[in-house]
Amino acid sequence: MTSPLQQKLKINGSSVVTANRTWDGIVVYRTAAKGWSADLAEAAIVRTPDEAKALLAEAVADDVGAIGPYIAPVQVDDTGKILPGNLREQIRRDGVTIDLPV
Amino acid sequence: MYAYDEIDRTLVNERVSEFRDQVKRRLSGELTEDEFKMLRLQNGVYLQLHAYMFRVAIPYGTLASNQLRQLAHVARKYDRGYGHFTTRQNIQFNWIKLSDLPDALADLAEVGIHAMQTSGNNMRNVTSDQWAGVAPGEIEDPRIWSELIRQHTTLHPEFSFLPRKFKIAITASDHDRAAIKVHDIGLRLIKNEKGETGFEVLVGGGLGRTPFIGKTIKHFVHGRDLLSYIEAILRVYNQYGRRDNIYKARIKILVHELGIEKFSREVEEEWQQIRHSSLQIDDEVIEDIRSRFIYPSYEKLPHMPDELRQAAADPDFEAWRKNSVAAHKNPGYAIVTISLKPIGAPPGDATAEQMDALADLADKYSFGEIRVGHEQNLALPHVAKRDLPALWKALDKLGLATPNVNLITDIIACPGLDYCSLANARSIPIAQELTRRFANHELANLIGRLHINISGCINACGHHHVGHIGILGVEKNGEEVYQITIGGRADESAALGNLIGPGVKFHEVADVIEDIVEAYLALRERPDELFVDTVKRLGVEPFKERVYATR
Repeated sequence: MTSPLQQKLKINGSSVVTANRTWDGIVVYRTAAKGWSADLAEAAIVRTPDEAKALLAEAVADDVGAIGPYIAPVQVDDTGKILPGNLREQIRRDGVTIDLPV
Repeated sequence: MYAYDEIDRTLVNERVSEFRDQVKRRLSGELTEDEFKMLRLQNGVYLQLHAYMFRVAIPYGTLASNQLRQLAHVARKYDRGYGHFTTRQNIQFNWIKLSDLPDALADLAEVGIHAMQTSGNNMRNVTSDQWAGVAPGEIEDPRIWSELIRQHTTLHPEFSFLPRKFKIAITASDHDRAAIKVHDIGLRLIKNEKGETGFEVLVGGGLGRTPFIGKTIKHFVHGRDLLSYIEAILRVYNQYGRRDNIYKARIKILVHELGIEKFSREVEEEWQQIRHSSLQIDDEVIEDIRSRFIYPSYEKLPHMPDELRQAAADPDFEAWRKNSVAAHKNPGYAIVTISLKPIGAPPGDATAEQMDALADLADKYSFGEIRVGHEQNLALPHVAKRDLPALWKALDKLGLATPNVNLITDIIACPGLDYCSLANARSIPIAQELTRRFANHELANLIGRLHINISGCINACGHHHVGHIGILGVEKNGEEVYQITIGGRADESAALGNLIGPGVKFHEVADVIEDIVEAYLALRERPDELFVDTVKRLGVEPFKERVYATR
C-alpha cells in the first residue's frame, strides 16, 4: 500500500490532518502542539502542500497515537472558526446523520 | 443447531489469546499499524469513519438463543447497545474500542462465536438459506455442507492469503434465498439420477465495481468430491488471479477474462490431480457433521389449529401473517420472518433489548433457534402454528412485527456514509425516507413484492445491482448523487438491473422511486404481475420516460 507520504498532495485552501485514535478509534485532529485533539477547533491549519506534507509526516510518525492520517479540507470562517470542508468530514466531526436505535 | 466439539472450542479460545497479545503489542507500539492491520482484519476488526467496527460471524445464519444473548451483551457492554445485521449473515458493532476487543472476543468465545472469516483476503463465512433444514421441498439441509467447508477452510493457509476475499453460498431449494448466483462460488445442492447428493457449481458471480452473474462451471459434482473441486477452483484462482490491481483481483474478473470454457478446463486439469487425494470426503465425515446438528423433536400438531383460526379475524394479525409466516416442512409448524425494517428506522439494526427478548421468544416458541437472512431480517424457524398469535403479540410489543417482509419497505441498505470509510454517499437516510413514503400498508400490499437495495458506494454491500430497484450513491462535485437501476434480482433468475438515466440528488430520490412505482401500477397487466416482471416485459423506457419527463 502506498504510504500517505508518497501520495500526491492536493491542497485547495485550508486543510487539517485527521486520523482515528489508536486505542478507541475516535476521530482526532493533529494540533500545532504536536499532539492530537478530538476537537476540530484545536486542529493545526495548513495552506500549502509543503506545510501539509510536514504536518502529515509528523502525524504518520506518531503511529501509536493515531492511525490512518490524511489531509482533509476545512473552511475557516470570518471569525476564525474551523468548519469541515465536505460532507464526509462533517459526518466524522458531528457523528451519524440519523438517530441511533438507542 | 450445530454442536461444536473440543477442537472448535480450543481453536476459538486460542485465537482470542493470540489476538489479546497482538492488541497489547499494538497499543504499546511494539507492532505498527502496517504490521497489525492484517491481524485485526483476520479477527473482523475494521476502521470506519468514527470508530473501529467489529464484524462477527454467524456461520450459515444459524444462532442459538444463548449466542444471541451474548451478542446483546457485547452490544451493551462494549458498544452502544445495538448491532447491525449484514447482507452476509454477519453482525457488526459500530463503536467498539480496540482496547475492549479482546474481552469482547473472549465473551463471544464462551458461546462458540468468533470473528474469523469475516474480513481479509481469505475464504469468508459460508452463507446459506436462512430456511435451511425447515423449508418444504428442500433436498437436504445445506448447512451440513456449509459446515464441512467451514471446517476445511478455517485458517487453511492456502486460503488465507488469496488475491482477494472469496465468498461461497449454498442453497438446496428451488427458490434461491442465498443469492448463490452473485457469489464467487455458488453451490446448488441437487441429486443425480442415482439419488446421490451433489452440487451444481457456479463460479465468478459477484457485485461491486464490476458485477457478474455466476456461470455454471459443472452441472454435477458428487458430494464426496466437493472439497477437491472447490480447492481446484481456488488453486486456479490463486495461480492466475491478479494481485497487482485490487479492482481486478476477484475471481469474477479472472473467469470473465479467461472465459468460462478455458477457466473450467484449467479447473478440470487441477481437479484430476487432487480429486482422489485425502480431499475426498468419506460418508462417515458427512454423517459425523450431520450427527452434530441437533434438530427439534417436533410434535404432531394440526395444520390449522383453533388459535390460528380465531386470530384470523384480526386484520392486523392477518396482515402480519400474510407477509411474515411461511410454510414449514412440518405442517403443524411455520417459519416466521422477523422484520428488522420498522418504518423510519435503519435497516438491519436490532437493540440489545430486542436481541435479549428475541432470544427468550426463541426459547419459548422456536426450540431456542434463530436464523439470520441476507435480507437483513431474522427468522424463527420452528414455530408451532398454534403459537403464532401469541408470538405476534410479543413481537409487536418489541417493535418487531412490522408486516412488510418482501414489500417495498423491506429495504436492504449498507451502512453508507454515516458509518463507512469507503462510502461516498449516505444509504440509511434514503431507506428511512422511502419507508416513510410507503408506510401505508394497503399501498405497500397493493404494490406487492418489490425489493429496494441501496449501496453508498460502488463496492455494493447493499447489493444494489440485484435490487428490483437498485439505488447507488456516488459523489459528484462534492454532492451526493444517486443512480437508479431497475429489473435486478438475486434469486434463481438472478439478473443485474439496468440504469434508468442520469443520477438524481439526495432529496429527489424518494420522489423518483414514487414515480417508478406509480408507473408500474399503471403499466402492470394484472395485480399479481410483480414489478420485476413488468420491467422484464417492458424494459426501462416507460419508467425512464415517467421519471425524466418532468425533470
